[in-house]
Amino acid sequence: MAEMIKVGMADLKLCISPNSITTLGLGSCVGVAIRDTSNKVGGLAHVMLPDSKEIKNNSNIAKFADTGVEELVRQMEKAGAIRSRMIAKIAGGAQMFAMQQNSSLVKVGDRNVAAVKKKLAELKIPIRAEDTGLNYGRTVEFYPETGDYIIKAVGKPPKTI
Amino acid sequence: MAELDLNNVDDMYYDVLREIGNIGAGNAATALATMLNTKVDMTVPKVALVEFREMGETMGGEEQIMAGIYLSISGDITGSIMFLLEEKSAHELVAKLMGTSAGDFVEGQPFNEIEQSALSEIGNIIVGSYLNSLSMLTNLKIIESVPSLAVDMAEALLSVPAIEFGMVGDQMLLIQTSFSEDTELNGYFVLVPDLPSYTKLLKALGVMQ
Repeated sequence: MAEMIKVGMADLKLCISPNSITTLGLGSCVGVAIRDTSNKVGGLAHVMLPDSKEIKNNSNIAKFADTGVEELVRQMEKAGAIRSRMIAKIAGGAQMFAMQQNSSLVKVGDRNVAAVKKKLAELKIPIRAEDTGLNYGRTVEFYPETGDYIIKAVGKPPKTI
Repeated sequence: MAELDLNNVDDMYYDVLREIGNIGAGNAATALATMLNTKVDMTVPKVALVEFREMGETMGGEEQIMAGIYLSISGDITGSIMFLLEEKSAHELVAKLMGTSAGDFVEGQPFNEIEQSALSEIGNIIVGSYLNSLSMLTNLKIIESVPSLAVDMAEALLSVPAIEFGMVGDQMLLIQTSFSEDTELNGYFVLVPDLPSYTKLLKALGVMQ
């Protein structure tokens, strides 16, 4: 029986087909889903902040785009995935409130998305699809078997990217 | 100034925060009662430092739709505060304020423009009373910004203060408030002062030397 694995905020987990993996209510955070297209080893990271080097307290590596994506890829490789066969899909990075004046928070959603893209480019993992930005929360489900990344938002029909 | 380690604070700290929560919520209830012209009771059942990954669950589900009113604070302490209200409670409060009938509750039903501004106002008054108490108790000047409203999944709203707090730790201070008049309404305060402000707050309250 296939099960659905749950990833919390500032967390990451592996997921191997036929299982699927989900994270609920992405706001300004970004959900990075990666899979090996051949052996269907996949995983999902729920990153909160763009850069671990900007922050003093950075022991939780899953929290940051740079270290989180790197760690997810490392764990996937350990589970048998091959880097050159990996593709990524990303979602989230919204600006939830019209006013977020605090300078460190300005466009943190956009900065998260940019940091994830930069890290994926560094690791030479192509981004196949994305649903990012705007001003609403997203719940995502990722199926490593097919690569389907389902995005659900309040008051909107679910979509698959 | 000794730096405060949030993962290593004693019970006294929580007692003080709970008490501030109580007084603040009491004032907020009074303000709400005046606005609605009814009797409103408000309690502070829970004050906790919650791990990010457990936050949504603590509030009754990550995907639970909530109205979040978010303000940044400046003055002697800086940071932000968010007040979250369950969707159903928000609809009821708005209806009460506008003197309309709430009707049957439908999940995911959007708020129209007037309802949104009523909600912002409710949030503003509640948060304002809370901050007023805090300011009076500590003798610290607290200036609040214009409120900003969003209605969405709890976890998505919480990601905003979580990200702010994520710069200093992996947990967030959550003050759960339930207030009741005819029916029980559930709300949450998320107070996010930055780390120097925490120290200032606790010093002003006499908890820290």
